[in-house]
Amino acid sequence: MRHTLSVLVENEFGVLARIAGMFSARGYNIESLTVAETLDPTVSRMTIITRGSDQIIEQITKQLHRLVNVLKVVDVTEEGDHITRELVLIKVNADGEARAEVLRLVEIFRGRVVDVSPRTLTVEVTGTEDKIKAIIDLMMPLGIKEIARSGQVAMARGAKTLGGERKPARTEG
Amino acid sequence: MKKTGAQIFLESLVREGVDTLFGYPGGVVLAIYDKLRQYPQLKHYLCRHEQAAVHMADGYARSTAKVGVCLATSGPGATNTVTGLVTALMDSIPIVCFTGQVPTNLIGNDAFQEADIVGISRPATKHNYLVKDVKDLARIIREAFYIARTGRPGPVLVDIPKDVIMDTAEFEWPQTVSLRGYQPTVNGHMGQIHKAFERILRSERPVILAGGGIVWAEASQELQAFSQRLKIPVITTLMGLGVYPSPHPLNLDMPGMHGTYEANMALQTADVIVGLGARFDDRVTGKLDRFAPKADIIHVDIDPACIGKNVPTMIPIVGDLKDVLTKLNDLAKDDPRSAAFARSHDAWIEQLHTWRKNHPLFYKPKPGVIKPQYVIEKIYELTRGEAIITTEVGQHQMWAAQFYHFSKPRRWITSGGLGTMGYGFPAAIGAQIAHPDRTVIDIAGDGSIQMNIQELAMAAEYRLPVKIAILNNDCLGMVRQWQELFYEKNYSEVMMGGLPDYVKLAEAYGCVGLRATKPEEVVPVLKEALSVPKCVVMDFVVDQEENVYPMVAAGKALDEMLLLEA
Repeated sequence: MRHTLSVLVENEFGVLARIAGMFSARGYNIESLTVAETLDPTVSRMTIITRGSDQIIEQITKQLHRLVNVLKVVDVTEEGDHITRELVLIKVNADGEARAEVLRLVEIFRGRVVDVSPRTLTVEVTGTEDKIKAIIDLMMPLGIKEIARSGQVAMARGAKTLGGERKPARTEG
Repeated sequence: MKKTGAQIFLESLVREGVDTLFGYPGGVVLAIYDKLRQYPQLKHYLCRHEQAAVHMADGYARSTAKVGVCLATSGPGATNTVTGLVTALMDSIPIVCFTGQVPTNLIGNDAFQEADIVGISRPATKHNYLVKDVKDLARIIREAFYIARTGRPGPVLVDIPKDVIMDTAEFEWPQTVSLRGYQPTVNGHMGQIHKAFERILRSERPVILAGGGIVWAEASQELQAFSQRLKIPVITTLMGLGVYPSPHPLNLDMPGMHGTYEANMALQTADVIVGLGARFDDRVTGKLDRFAPKADIIHVDIDPACIGKNVPTMIPIVGDLKDVLTKLNDLAKDDPRSAAFARSHDAWIEQLHTWRKNHPLFYKPKPGVIKPQYVIEKIYELTRGEAIITTEVGQHQMWAAQFYHFSKPRRWITSGGLGTMGYGFPAAIGAQIAHPDRTVIDIAGDGSIQMNIQELAMAAEYRLPVKIAILNNDCLGMVRQWQELFYEKNYSEVMMGGLPDYVKLAEAYGCVGLRATKPEEVVPVLKEALSVPKCVVMDFVVDQEENVYPMVAAGKALDEMLLLEA
């Protein structure tokens, strides 16, 4: 099954390599990984999307915990309701009739045109993975020249937060 | 007063209580070597290859429970340490390995003797550091030792660029270590411990599987108390040999590929297995989906990632084994059901003893030919089981595990996880330096010993009385055994031509060389070797065809052992 992990790490050089290296060394796959600073500049937040049996996901979580620079690991999928978002930039052919179609699609998907040239439009769309996939599929026949996807970020719904930067005591079971 | 990075480095080692350092100098670490004499508390031993330096630090650590320390220069010096680091990582051995690095402004420029050792050693260490500012050096050294020895121990590498070594800063030794991402769980969860105890009391065929974790938690006494109060038999893994007295009626010795019949049958028949600091690796479990089909597994380990990794676990307990076993002993002591439980499974113990009686470890003597097992039996007798034994990797290693009976921890030093040929001799040197008055013997094969043979020079230079017993079968014995059994005796590249004359070789290095070719020469050679206060190489010319039994072939279940026919 697919799992989304939110991971707080020390904002230091080499941490991304440690995490990517752990995944590759142990044969786990990464479907998507994003990383950026948090409100605390010494801490970065990663969102990792991976896939595996419950036993594999448990190992991934534990192996992440073992890394000295990892402060906290939360399996967002296990924790319950959460929001995921991804951003995509699509540079699409916008010659003639296609131009109007692109603009219609952008409106339907609540996207924005962020760059214009005589023969292309570059649009920005944000949403769940399904929504991103849908707009790409619909734009495809018009002639997509290039896409850039941000990878997904995730957050729990409601007042619940990922908590401080302290790693909690490891629990049994 | 400001100090240079070199002085801060050496000062920090002194503060950590280090007295022994294994190393090899080179360009970027010369400033450290330049200041070495100002710190007479630090005794530096000059190895002949950096891989050996790490194994020496490893043998030093395993025989003392202290952190082993080694030092290498940049580039090839650093890359030579990698095998030693992985050896220590796989067996959870605390080591801090320092490497020099090219100056910060040259990093990434493919400078002379530059290697990205932090990148290379990332999966080879528990953690590693590149020191970018001399002001961080003392703190990083303090953290490195802390990480190496706490939690599940392991090797830590600290890479120090030349400019950081030359730079100056105020020396300030941090009073505490604060690592927000590293807080090992030491105290076992009482609720889980209760659950485990209750499950044990309901068992009919319980067995304990004790591993290297017992050694590092110094929990051998607690293990024995628990096992003996409840009469639970104990299997000790390769890494755990010595944590339980052998022979002892409740000790079933080693499980796994070359384990005893009774240990393997016990695992396959038990209804409860209590894993204590053992990681259920493939050499222990055999074919995983047929391992311990009847057992509920209780698993105690300080590393949560070890639990549930290979075998499904009914009751996981994360914590230090001394803490958890002390709590279990308190429960057992106060519980009126303990005494009845201890008497409840006599039939089970009886069954184990019957298995042992019917299928003991044995070998068939052959007139005029030295059997390798015989040499180990004689080493055991002549040292009264009190020597520190190290090994290389292969048949001799398994025979040593089977026929030298260990009764105390830290007397058995072997590369279990990585299986590193060339480990035993440098590890013996490390152990000998830590214990100058003890008998330290490397049981070796004629293949393995050649992988770090250059350290004979070091043994001679420092007058270390390490003994090397080569079980010389003139081939790579374990590989030959596999080829005989699984590759239709197609002996491909295992008959090593060009073996050196080990007696002359020893003498060339300034050591003593002895040879035995007949069974009656074995004891005199051993006696002479043990009486000489020098490094001695013993060349025992043994039966080439001898195989290690029992054997669980790769992919087979533990109860499908190949046994030696009587």
